[in-house]
Amino acid sequence: MTSVTMTVNGKSVSGDVEGRTLLVQFLRDDLKLTGTHVGCDTSQCGACQVHVDGKAVKACTMLAAEADGADVKTIEGMANADGSLSVIQQAFQDHHGLQCGFCTPGMVMTAAALLKENPKPTEAEVRHYLEGNICRCTGYHNIVKAILAASGQEVTQIAAE
Amino acid sequence: MPKDSGIGASPKRREDVRFLTGKGQYTDDINIHGQAYAHFLRSEVAHGTINGIDTSAAASMPGVVQILTAKDFEGVGGVPCGWQVTDRHGEAMQEPKHPVLAEGKVRHVGDPIAMVIADTLEQARDAAEAIDVDITELEPVMDMKAAIKDGATKVHDDLISNLCYDWGFVEENREAVDEAIKSAAHVTTLELVNNRLVANPMEPRVAVGDYAPGTDDYTLYTTSQNPHVIRLLMGAFVLGIPEHKLRVVAPDVGGGFGAKIYHYAEEAACTFAAKQCGRPVKWTSSRSEAFISDAHGRDHVTKIELALDADHKFTAIRTDTYANMGAYLSTFAPSIPTWLHGTLMAGNYTTPLIYVNVKAVFTNTTPVDAYRGAGRPEATFQLERVIDKAARELGVDPADLRRKNFIKPDQFPYATPVAVEYDTGDYDATLDKGMEMIDAAGFEARAAESKAKGKLRGLGIAHFIEACGIAPSNLVGQLGARAGLYESATVRVNATGSISVMTGSHSHGQGHETSYPQVVAEMLGIDESMIDIVHGDTSKTPMGMGTYGSRSIAVGGSAMVRATEKIINKAKKIAAHLLEASEADIELKDGAFSVAGTDKSVAWGDVTLAAYVPHNYPLEDIEPGLEETAFYDPSNFTYPAGAYICEVEVDPETGKVDVLKFVAADDFGNVINPMIVYGQVHGGVAQGIGQALLENCAYDENGQLLSGSYMDYTMPRADDLPMFDVDHSCVTPCTHNPLGVKGCGEAGAIGTPPAIVNGVIDALHRAGHTHVSHIDMPLTPARVWAAMNG
Ligand code: FES
Ligand code: FES
Repeated sequence: MTSVTMTVNGKSVSGDVEGRTLLVQFLRDDLKLTGTHVGCDTSQCGACQVHVDGKAVKACTMLAAEADGADVKTIEGMANADGSLSVIQQAFQDHHGLQCGFCTPGMVMTAAALLKENPKPTEAEVRHYLEGNICRCTGYHNIVKAILAASGQEVTQIAAE
Repeated sequence: MPKDSGIGASPKRREDVRFLTGKGQYTDDINIHGQAYAHFLRSEVAHGTINGIDTSAAASMPGVVQILTAKDFEGVGGVPCGWQVTDRHGEAMQEPKHPVLAEGKVRHVGDPIAMVIADTLEQARDAAEAIDVDITELEPVMDMKAAIKDGATKVHDDLISNLCYDWGFVEENREAVDEAIKSAAHVTTLELVNNRLVANPMEPRVAVGDYAPGTDDYTLYTTSQNPHVIRLLMGAFVLGIPEHKLRVVAPDVGGGFGAKIYHYAEEAACTFAAKQCGRPVKWTSSRSEAFISDAHGRDHVTKIELALDADHKFTAIRTDTYANMGAYLSTFAPSIPTWLHGTLMAGNYTTPLIYVNVKAVFTNTTPVDAYRGAGRPEATFQLERVIDKAARELGVDPADLRRKNFIKPDQFPYATPVAVEYDTGDYDATLDKGMEMIDAAGFEARAAESKAKGKLRGLGIAHFIEACGIAPSNLVGQLGARAGLYESATVRVNATGSISVMTGSHSHGQGHETSYPQVVAEMLGIDESMIDIVHGDTSKTPMGMGTYGSRSIAVGGSAMVRATEKIINKAKKIAAHLLEASEADIELKDGAFSVAGTDKSVAWGDVTLAAYVPHNYPLEDIEPGLEETAFYDPSNFTYPAGAYICEVEVDPETGKVDVLKFVAADDFGNVINPMIVYGQVHGGVAQGIGQALLENCAYDENGQLLSGSYMDYTMPRADDLPMFDVDHSCVTPCTHNPLGVKGCGEAGAIGTPPAIVNGVIDALHRAGHTHVSHIDMPLTPARVWAAMNG
């Protein structure tokens, strides 16, 4: 067991972890931040996406011990300070960018990372950037629309076209 | 002006806020004080005899609470099958025992042998590695046709053979169909494979068993589309726990697509073990485990023959299918290749004679059951493929050949030769709509553009029909279902007028918490925000059959309408009393009751308050309270239909297929929430494109799964797919349910695969590769390239 301390969603947290404990386990099991999900065991699905020191990271690919001292942000830290949905979250709701919601935290974290790097992506750039995130429900259509809308670009309002 | 509330509106989904902020409650988010963790030791070989299991070293490892093997489950029932098919000779299917943990033999890679329970998951995993299992490997049974030859190795030694059943439908038509094919002007024959798939909801399965010794009550938290079905199957058939002592809870469910319908061994094992070890027991599937333990889908090998007369009218269809059951019969497995497949072989067409033969076969593979569409994609694929091939052989336009044979709007209700009666439809309308949406008229110009870039463009057309909301119970009982297929709703109006609606259906992504209130609010004229949906907990909801087969709105929504009608009837009596008027004169509008032709009215909240504070109340006529339950048993299936049309581009250098345009023109009857319906079609189309181009669950000859992770099983990703153009403006309302709705959840997965394959074949033919009449799915670059250059 080693002890780790990190900032998660602006709060300092610490805990004792085994060497093999993954960041995603520490978040879910120790901190009870269950918004970060586990959808695979080969680092392919992106359900566990969080931000570590401002960069998008799959929390199943990082050991908790490696995040010692880091600044971590999870889906629980994405809403506005007053609790209202952030622009990206609101766009997902407005454009029906989620169904079962299981991939959604990872999608939102990835979308936020994309828009930070590339504030006005094309549709093709959005699709390419999402290659590490699997959604089984939406066919991505409305996720792509939501991200384009969150970037301030015009998209059709009805969830269909 | 689109509506902003009620039926036909697209309010934003209320469940989204919790999912978008990380506050969803999925089963794996549940942790019970004192819980232990289960890990299943699973077979690494496809087929073998278990000579012995030595758990002694493992049992003394740190943190180990208990280790269970088959002998600990003596007296416990097997995992049951919910549907018994009768074969063409009138005999019941062969039904093997499916023990909770492997008994004497392992029958597929992933078959659970031992359950290790420990303080932590890591300890359970470590201990499982110390279990010594002595297995003698046996020859694996993999090829379906070889499996039913005399002398073949048997998956189940106590069965006569590996043939589960040999089903003929409609058996009385067999000879007439043979005759019609013999005497036809033209017969088109096609042999094809409907590839095995893995449903892959993004949330893996989880089970948490809990037992309260003080009251002898069990609770199972599980990732299920139908908690009442799990309670019934596990309680009555496996563990012998009466319903009132067993509560099954499925909280937020992260997708299902069929794979979370079935009762799985792990659910029974965790519930059983919770009592055995005196602690809650939690199991969370890894994705690798999901690939070998979630029921798979499809896996049919089929030969279809379509007979046509000189005028190109279809005269007969004969199909022969081998359907893979896997090693055991999953909950609904026997019904999928039979009643959900054979009954749809008429498609949208007037073919008078049809004969369907299905041989269901046991193999040493993971069990196969329903996956989105379930039987209907298999029927649609072969039919829409053979029609396309026939059009090509006859030199006629594939859309025209379909139109020529469509059932016409004035022919409804239409009884098909495969025992179902379509209530409504207008297939010309949906096909015309689809052709307009894809701009078929502009196709040649776009094909020329592709050609100029060295690419081959093709137009792929398919038209599908499906049967949703499977029904009625007395009919499905005759067909072998061991359950009824009604749905339930309780509408509980509270004293201040807010409403809780309890439903036996359950959302795993379909947005029921948003769309169901639209129905009830519309009927009562009150605000949707006053209505909440309660589902996913057998202790809170009336017995209901859950969500699958696109049944929720057609069957569950109908139950809700019936219960709300009862509420309105009673509320009108109360209002009549309060208004001192005759009940017949009371009208309900915009949430208020008024006396017809007067300005006397009483608000919704006053009536509901009177029901619970019955001071001024007709107690001699009616009871206090305002709560009603309805069970709705449909009188027929519903029959959504639609045109699925695409343009694909093939790169002749590599064989890679790109989907450039995809349109779907569906007739879903009336639509409650268009936004949610669009989303359902998008998801179904993506899964259909996945099946057609990317996904394949492959085994090697030793029964090892070759596609057991996301590195090898190609899930559709964002950059594999285009934007979809979907429409449901063609409406022929269902005639037999109160909302006129049909069901939309599976359409995309049914209509899409033949459209894509037809499009690729079209592209190849236009480029002169006329020797290619079919390519089996998935149409990977290697397969397409090989076909072109073969
Ligand atoms: S759980 Fe991390 S990528 Fe799938
Ligand atoms: S919304 Fe279900 S996996 Fe994306």
